[in-house]
Amino acid sequence: MITFEGVTKRYPDGTVAVDTLDLEIPAGRITVLVGPSGCGKTTSLRMINRMVDATEGVVAVDGKNVREIDPPTLRRGIGYVIQQAGLFPHRTIVDNIATVPFLLGWDKKKARARSHELMERVGLDPKLAKRYPAQLSGGQQQRVGVARALAADPPIMLMDEPFSAVDPIVRASLQDEFLRLQNDLEKTIVFVTHDIDEAIKLGHKIAVFQVGGKLAQYATPEEILDAPADDFVRDFLGGERGIKRLRFFQELDAEEAAEQATEQAAEQRAAADRPEAGSTAAER
Amino acid sequence: MNAILNALEWFGRSEQWSGVDGIPNRLLEHLWYSLLAFALTVLIALPLGLLLGHVRQGRLAAVSGFVVTSSANAARALPTLGLLILAVILTSAGDLVPILIPLVVLAVPPVLVNAYAGVQQVEPGLRDAAEGMGMTAPQVILRLELPVALPLVLLGLRTAAIQIVSTATLAAYVGLGGFGRYIVDGYARQEYDRMAGGAILVAVLAVVIQLVFTALRRFVVSPGTRLQYAGS
Amino acid sequence: MYAALAIGDGEPLIRWDWIARNWDDDILESLKEHLILSFTPILLGFLIALPLGIACARWRRFYPPVLAVTSVLYALPAIALFVVLVAFTGLTYTTVIIPLTLYTLSVLVPSVVDGLGSVPDHVRKSATAMGFGETRRMVQVELPIAVPVVMAGLRVATVSNISLVSVGAMIGIGGLGELFTDGLRRDFPTPLVVGIVLIIALAFVSDMVLLLIQRLLTPWERTRGASKREKEVLATGGAA
Repeated sequence: MITFEGVTKRYPDGTVAVDTLDLEIPAGRITVLVGPSGCGKTTSLRMINRMVDATEGVVAVDGKNVREIDPPTLRRGIGYVIQQAGLFPHRTIVDNIATVPFLLGWDKKKARARSHELMERVGLDPKLAKRYPAQLSGGQQQRVGVARALAADPPIMLMDEPFSAVDPIVRASLQDEFLRLQNDLEKTIVFVTHDIDEAIKLGHKIAVFQVGGKLAQYATPEEILDAPADDFVRDFLGGERGIKRLRFFQELDAEEAAEQATEQAAEQRAAADRPEAGSTAAER
Repeated sequence: MNAILNALEWFGRSEQWSGVDGIPNRLLEHLWYSLLAFALTVLIALPLGLLLGHVRQGRLAAVSGFVVTSSANAARALPTLGLLILAVILTSAGDLVPILIPLVVLAVPPVLVNAYAGVQQVEPGLRDAAEGMGMTAPQVILRLELPVALPLVLLGLRTAAIQIVSTATLAAYVGLGGFGRYIVDGYARQEYDRMAGGAILVAVLAVVIQLVFTALRRFVVSPGTRLQYAGS
Repeated sequence: MYAALAIGDGEPLIRWDWIARNWDDDILESLKEHLILSFTPILLGFLIALPLGIACARWRRFYPPVLAVTSVLYALPAIALFVVLVAFTGLTYTTVIIPLTLYTLSVLVPSVVDGLGSVPDHVRKSATAMGFGETRRMVQVELPIAVPVVMAGLRVATVSNISLVSVGAMIGIGGLGELFTDGLRRDFPTPLVVGIVLIIALAFVSDMVLLLIQRLLTPWERTRGASKREKEVLATGGAA
């Protein structure tokens, strides 16, 4: 569990990026931080692995104040995925994925074996292992980014707009596979996006931020769709709240059905979902 | 054309290939000054350039960008021959020090500025990813920034090496050895074949160094980095 | 002042009276020679590099061999070229001007090609779509956009040439560089200091003038800082 207690981030020039934030992020679930740009969602995420240090308040992981852990040690235990993947251009795909195991001093062979295993897990062709990032498509690079974050099997993953640099169709399939992966792994995931549809699709809980670093609402997708806390949240959900609700509950039903079905059936569903998700994304 | 043929004939004479004034000895002298100056340059400029490039925030970052870039420009304006002679007249510290001063002063800026620019150009996203995965500052510099900046770092080293080898020719002008000896002595004795022979040797050496760095680039720069350069 | 500048054996670093005595004849004469020797190659180099660079940008296939030649030219030590040329052109200005022209070319040709390469593709396409012919598009659209990178190359070449001319003093034609050989012969630092200071000043002033010309040529760039490519040329000498 990750907790924010009265956390404020104020920059030397006086701007407040995050304003007295209180938040409890449950273990083993996906929590999405969503909001317009400049709302402090990324800053909040980055305070968890101390890429940014809070000015006031306490960020704690499993009850331990992160300020008491030195940053490299803390970060090696937390997966980190960013927009554009941030893959090292001079390293092959296997070695990119093995970055954190190498840092932790794993044996080279063991680290590479782990990379190969993860490539398969995130749906990457093993033939890509010896390629370089520049030879991969945007979607493939993002998968490598996810695999790299998973390499040392950290209990927590921080994901900062990981799918926003790819086109809507690829994004939808990445989201689907990400959900499938999370079903097996049950990591504690903090996911930042500016896209409310993505938040609703992925989040067990959603924290809606508004400009000035204030938390507007923190609830499940159902609650947010049913009862937006205020006008800001209602506006942010957009005019098609009804449609979003409908789609959300449909997908929920479909998910339940899929859980009972065989894996093969689940894959068919994912394939059938793709065009639909693609077209809704294009509507926006 | 005759003059050049005479110079080529000069290479053929057996006395050119042995003794103090023979080509092997002059080559060793030339390489010795050059290597010494190059080693000093790299020791000073490379770590400094990487470090200054690594610092992206705060007052130091603002100042270093300006200082590093203007040093490159200023170094081009420095007349080495003048600097060399001045160093000879002003110092009494042995033979080598006066020649090393201008060589190093001339060669530090290109190494410094290219290392600095190379590291500065590393995408912020890469830095962010590296730090977010738990790399310490030295790890970020050595495992990410240096390899990604390598094409530019090598360009700086090449520029410095060529400048050093060219300028080491001037050492003869203040009484030291190296290929410049042939040029200075030839000029004094009005022996054109000797002068031209020396000039050809210096030119060949510079071109060889250019080729060595081109080959080096193939070997030490990751194919992934080269791909990225080709793509952008 | 005098004491502070004195060196080991009591000889001052600068003897102002020597400067006063020699200003009109030696120093100004050398300065004039220096200007001719450094700016003639710049002008010639520019006149050759512009069409050559344009040709290389248009027919990309020519560029790699041209680049190979210019990078070898860049590596050749000036003194070596001076000495070899003496056999053909004697102890004349031409002997210094030819190598420096080649050096200017080696810096400017890549700058012109890179400058034209910095023209965004959408700009080129929209110009074509509006009906610009190839020549008109080159003159009115592409060259103006290439100006900052080309000027960066020109500044590098100019500053380098001004300092390189002095090497010619080793064969007796070196503008202000002759003050250096004079100083060495007489073991006398004043001419050295004068020569170094004047060369640096000349380089600095020329650089500023070129920067000013660039500003005048590209009023639309004034609000923007130097582009990445422009900075790269200035930093690396454009010898990529």
